Amino acid sequence: MITKIAFVRKKEIPPSAPPITEVGLIGWLRQNLFSSWLNSTLTVLSVYFIVIMLWDFIPWAYGGHWNTKSLRECLDLDPDVACFSVLTARWKQLLFGLYPAEEYWRPTLTFIFLLLAIVPILFPKFFRFFWFSIIYPGLAVWLLWGGSFWSISIVYIGLTLGALFFLTLIRRYLKNYMIAAILAFLFTAVFFLFISNPLVGLLNVILPISLPFVESLKMGGFTLSLIVGVTGIVASFPIGILLALGRQSNLPVIKMICVGFIEFIRGVPLITLLFVASVLLNYFLPPGTNFDIVLRVVIMVTLFSAAYMAEVIRGGLAGLPLGQHEASASLGLTYWQSQRLIIMPQALKISIPGIVNTFIGLFKDTTLVSIISLRDPVGLASTIRADQKWNGIYWELYVAIGLMFFIFCWGMSQYSQYLERKLKTDK
Amino acid sequence: MSSPTLPPSESFKFSMLLSDTRYRGMSLQVITFIIFMAVFFWLVDNTIKNLALLDKDVSFNFLWLRAGYDINQRLIPYTSDSTHGMAALVGILNTLLVAFVGCIVATVLGLFVGILRLSKNWIVAKLMSAYIEGFRNVPVLLWIVMVFALLTEFTPAPRAFKGAEPEATMLFFESIAITNRGTYFPAPVLAEGAYWLLLCFGLSIVASIYFIRYSNKQKKDTGKSLPTFWISVAVIIFPTLILFFAMGQPVSLEYPYLKGFNFKDGIHLRNSFLALTLALAFYTSAFIAEIVRAGIMAVSKGQSEAAASLGLRPNKIMSLIILPQALRIIVPPLISNYLNLTKNSSLAIAVGYMDVRGTLGGITLNQTGRELESMLLLMGFYLAVSLLISSFINYFNRSFQIVVR
Repeated sequence: MITKIAFVRKKEIPPSAPPITEVGLIGWLRQNLFSSWLNSTLTVLSVYFIVIMLWDFIPWAYGGHWNTKSLRECLDLDPDVACFSVLTARWKQLLFGLYPAEEYWRPTLTFIFLLLAIVPILFPKFFRFFWFSIIYPGLAVWLLWGGSFWSISIVYIGLTLGALFFLTLIRRYLKNYMIAAILAFLFTAVFFLFISNPLVGLLNVILPISLPFVESLKMGGFTLSLIVGVTGIVASFPIGILLALGRQSNLPVIKMICVGFIEFIRGVPLITLLFVASVLLNYFLPPGTNFDIVLRVVIMVTLFSAAYMAEVIRGGLAGLPLGQHEASASLGLTYWQSQRLIIMPQALKISIPGIVNTFIGLFKDTTLVSIISLRDPVGLASTIRADQKWNGIYWELYVAIGLMFFIFCWGMSQYSQYLERKLKTDK
Repeated sequence: MSSPTLPPSESFKFSMLLSDTRYRGMSLQVITFIIFMAVFFWLVDNTIKNLALLDKDVSFNFLWLRAGYDINQRLIPYTSDSTHGMAALVGILNTLLVAFVGCIVATVLGLFVGILRLSKNWIVAKLMSAYIEGFRNVPVLLWIVMVFALLTEFTPAPRAFKGAEPEATMLFFESIAITNRGTYFPAPVLAEGAYWLLLCFGLSIVASIYFIRYSNKQKKDTGKSLPTFWISVAVIIFPTLILFFAMGQPVSLEYPYLKGFNFKDGIHLRNSFLALTLALAFYTSAFIAEIVRAGIMAVSKGQSEAAASLGLRPNKIMSLIILPQALRIIVPPLISNYLNLTKNSSLAIAVGYMDVRGTLGGITLNQTGRELESMLLLMGFYLAVSLLISSFINYFNRSFQIVVR
């Protein structure tokens, strides 16, 4: 038995602090920036790069002039700093193009309403305000182009009557959806062909509400980008879904038409399609037709991005296991029921990143309209630079325009990442 | 026991064409086909009527008429006396040149940025994601005009190189001049015997390919690996180098020099070409970087852990385990990005570069008034390129994708 022990520790040693090189700021620096010689070199290079960029940029931007009358004046004051005066002088043009100055409130209001209208779509919490998103397109068209209030709302009235007619037929008289749909379509067509015009005339007499008409060529700046971009995004999504379904269809004629359309559109640059819209479309339409250039551009941009959208959604559809189709069929769901309830929700979820990328691409592509001489921000930049007062200015304009596009596109990509996280069902 | 009953044989009713699933597909297709053809013929009929009104016909004869305009960058002999067809060809070659150079630069940059974005170095990763977000979220047209402005406004004019104490100097031992009229490089001049050199170089490349095959076979058979990379580099470089000096340096460089107010000789890359190529390459590289990153991240972590537990070194894990699997995911979207770059090169008009849209779809179209024919040819060209590329993607997918079940 051991009785004599030289030393017994009675108290536990308190845990010693970790070495200073492993925790806190130094530890972080060592782990993240200086873990090896290669990493250290990269860090030093990056810091050097950032410093020289900021060294030039901050004094240039911070000391910039905002209130001169021309570039000449800026250069006389201090040639080494930015001349933001061009933005002060021309910001209205960059935002609204040639829109009449006393009507600026209309695009502004349209933009505010746009923000309100997308809230119910983006955040399900506010879905009860979805009715506003539905009336928004008509409201926006009326606000931007003006004219009689009734000539826009008649579209809504006609479509609502058509829908009511369809529902009544289904509920009371008919079983077959297709025949009911055809009858409802005929009803709506009759309404628009024969009844709508006299009705609008009557309503205009009874209650004249109208705004001064603004022609399409006056639209410009970010207003134009947003008109083309938002309409394209909203319209290309359903068309894209239909094209994707058509491409997957087992009906050969429909499949062939869809494949041909998608491959043709994806095979040519958008700019050639825009040229078709501006130069060739007059050949394809009955002699004497001449319809709005903005509408033509919107249609082309929509078709263009619908083809890309179709491919993205097809990718999502292909990513679903075949069992999902089979299971929904064995439950007795019809084609459209299974698409609506089983297939599409999953396929769309998988393809969110691609869909949003297509949206972003479309929004960026709206700048191409400057090449067919519409006045979008990039086109306006050349107009402004052609002005004698601002001849020779580059960065101030380009940085401002780039920043505007960046905010919109980056916002969209951030939202898509949020949506992906929210819809993620597996870990 | 009851005998199995047959379903009651129904007589065909007209409404079954729409309500019965057996016939509905067929009748739907017939309706669609009729509508499609009707729209098609309506468009063709309108076109014929419109052409008749304008007193025009459809003919491609204009391709053999004198063009009468100059093109500042041409890869094949062309003067203003050449035909419109030649002008279109010059344009096509210019488009392909931008696409080719742009794709190479974009791939190199994209790989570099994509891999660096995965770096554990915080500041490098952030810098790279700033690069990617910056280029991806701003329209490419804006990038093209910005790069063009950078090249023309912030570079010295050729006369700045003049005088005893010039304001600007040439780079790399007086060989490269960056001016606001473009960049001048030394051009190689082939003297007599240079073709032997080219032949030798070609043979060395073939030899190195055979060597790599041999060494791979060796590795499979014996398990020993040779220093393949260095040996093949030596095989490519040294014979040509030795021959070069043995034959008395048959290839020399012709340096650009200042004459009057401009540079002479050497290879002249115009700013329009540089701006378009660089801007497209930067823009596309941001997308490629994301594809590379996604591809590498898609290889499951178990793969690299398994490789590490087999005792492979990190660089071997990358080259033998991760990259071959990542490439399968990377290549198809990579190629479709090349296609996008090619199509985006049609924005050349913004900087005045004469690509096929500028010649065939621009000046030729305006001079001859043949909108329909020019646009058809132009679209046909782009369509051919893209169908070629997408058939390659399909071939790649078929031959390299993992076969499931």
